[in-house]
Amino acid sequence: MRAKNSVRALGLAAAVVLAAGTARAQVSDGVIKIGVLTDMSSLYTDLGGQGSVVAAKMAVEDFGAAAKGMKVEIISADHQNKPDVGSAIARQWYDADKVDVIVDVPNSGVALAVNEVTREKNKVFLVSGAASSALTSDKCSPNTVHWTYDTWALANGTGRAIVKTGGDSWFFITADYAFGHQLEADTTAVVKEMGGKALGSVRAPLNTPDFSSFLLQAQASKAKIVGLANAGGDTVNSIKQASEFGIVKGGQSLAGLLVFLTDVHSLGLPVAQGLIFTEAWYWDMNDANRAFAAKFAPQDKGIHPTMVHAGVYSAVTHYLKAIEQTKNDTDGKAVVDKMKSMPTDDKLFGKGTIRADGRHIHDMYLFEVKKPDESKKPWDYYKLRATIPAAEAFRPVEKGNCPLTKS
Amino acid sequence: MFELLGISPQALFGQLLIGLINGSFYAMLSLGLAVIFGLLNIINFCHGALYMMGAFVAWFALKHLGLGYWPSLIVAPIVVGAFGMVLERSMLRHLYKLDHIYGLLLTFGLALVIEGVFRNEFGASGLPYGIPPTLSGGQNLGFMFLPNYRAWVIVASLGVCLATWYVIERTKLGAYLRAATENPTLVQAFGINVPRMITLTYGLGVALAALAGVLAAPIYQVSPLMGSNLIIVVFAVVVIGGMGSILGSIITGFALGVVEGLTKVFYPEASSTVIFIVMAIVLLIRPTGLFGRAH
Repeated sequence: MRAKNSVRALGLAAAVVLAAGTARAQVSDGVIKIGVLTDMSSLYTDLGGQGSVVAAKMAVEDFGAAAKGMKVEIISADHQNKPDVGSAIARQWYDADKVDVIVDVPNSGVALAVNEVTREKNKVFLVSGAASSALTSDKCSPNTVHWTYDTWALANGTGRAIVKTGGDSWFFITADYAFGHQLEADTTAVVKEMGGKALGSVRAPLNTPDFSSFLLQAQASKAKIVGLANAGGDTVNSIKQASEFGIVKGGQSLAGLLVFLTDVHSLGLPVAQGLIFTEAWYWDMNDANRAFAAKFAPQDKGIHPTMVHAGVYSAVTHYLKAIEQTKNDTDGKAVVDKMKSMPTDDKLFGKGTIRADGRHIHDMYLFEVKKPDESKKPWDYYKLRATIPAAEAFRPVEKGNCPLTKS
Repeated sequence: MFELLGISPQALFGQLLIGLINGSFYAMLSLGLAVIFGLLNIINFCHGALYMMGAFVAWFALKHLGLGYWPSLIVAPIVVGAFGMVLERSMLRHLYKLDHIYGLLLTFGLALVIEGVFRNEFGASGLPYGIPPTLSGGQNLGFMFLPNYRAWVIVASLGVCLATWYVIERTKLGAYLRAATENPTLVQAFGINVPRMITLTYGLGVALAALAGVLAAPIYQVSPLMGSNLIIVVFAVVVIGGMGSILGSIITGFALGVVEGLTKVFYPEASSTVIFIVMAIVLLIRPTGLFGRAH
């Protein structure tokens, strides 16, 4: 297999040398290999999972890679939400399986680990599923692009909107790992900046089935807003049980700081209605998104694409564009530099840019979950409350302290 | 004293009650495990998957057959119990004479298969299942807001646990069962159909898991992962209580629910591990568990 690949690579290299007359290293072994590293078996499976593989495949198809003579291969693996498992897979992929780029990686703990491996191996890491804004601040890497959203953008969008409407005292129920801590910290900063106060927080282990103890503590805090700094199944369970414990009836409001389409689907509109949160993308916003969803859903058990799936599509598209230009996938940093130098433009995220710190800049949206009688069709869940323009949606570069921006 | 602990008495009582509610799930699941282990000598690792199936049967009955919560409390245990009996007849019974490890491996494999099938079919984020209208809302107890449904869960679980304990420890049927585990050949000689009794016992243990699944459906998401999230804890409960001890598993289930609840107040980061710490300590001091008898 390896011998065959290197023969093919030699052949390809020779062909390109003849055609272009340059002698630079070319696309390694003739194949651009994309590794989708995601949660295939646990609480983030539906928002990423197999859907992220589908999205990557659709991006390759729509890009017309085959017609352009680019050979692209997609493989995938389950990181089980364990940073050690995730970084072991990343190493194996880079060292033995000739993977050129890793995409998605929901779970910030795993993403931060893969971030380091990718930097060390000089490959490319396109983050869609993970949220931690540390990926573009002190942990920023010349090999990483953070595509879809981050904790700062969520905190900024949702926190600001809620404090503006009077929710000025907060209590957090926080998922006890990198992502939750960062989301809580970022939201606290926004709330304080707006003149509100954070009354306290409780750290719940990842994948907690029962939130009643934590909800009781939130109730006792008398905070106006109970901020849920968690994701996926944890968000679903905490919202469901908050409704059971009459948190909202008791005069407190819930702020889901990270809510995905699949969470709303799982909760059902009677429980989820009225929730306000920030997302990067929604399938029913325009014709292009709807067309994407119509093609996507049948390939992913009817699940409609989340912003994570759309982000995978968009990021892979831009990556392929960069490779098309550089004709070189071996030097990860060079590819990312190329990605940063080109404006982004695709049918799902529209026009945007990638900053020096690796942050992809685009509009974010504040959504509200519809009431059951407002929903006219399956997966018709959100109404748009506000568009947060790209310039305001993400942390200003100078506040991130990313070493890459200080040269 | 409460000031010393840095918590108001109201909050403390609230957390104790919450602990009891969670404990009632532990108790019901570990009870089923204890019955199956005590009488069949099988470490039933697919208990969590069967609990999950119970919740899914309730969801399916509501969505496709229009059967509400109350009928599901009867229907789901029967359906899943029957499924359990098929498992027992077709697979488990071949393993009784072998080492525990074979039963454990088989049921562990079954759990993975069942969960995988459901995950493939329904995804991982779960399906909505509402609280029955008669039990929605709650009472303000002064120190906490108690949802009616949670109160019902405690009552139902206590009732089921005590009934099961009574049947096994205090009735003639229970006496046959216990005798059959001690010496099946002798009991068979008295004209009792031991294999059938064993099948029914396994069905009963599985039905208990399914019942807990239906009770859990309105609280947790009906999700393929709900069983695997719980099963490890429940095994720890059974080990702490003493493998096969019925009363032990009931008491330990409730007690550990309370311990876990208190941990969530004082050091929430450890709430998912505290039960295993207790387990380690108990095993060091009493290797047969709190209520177990040395064989």
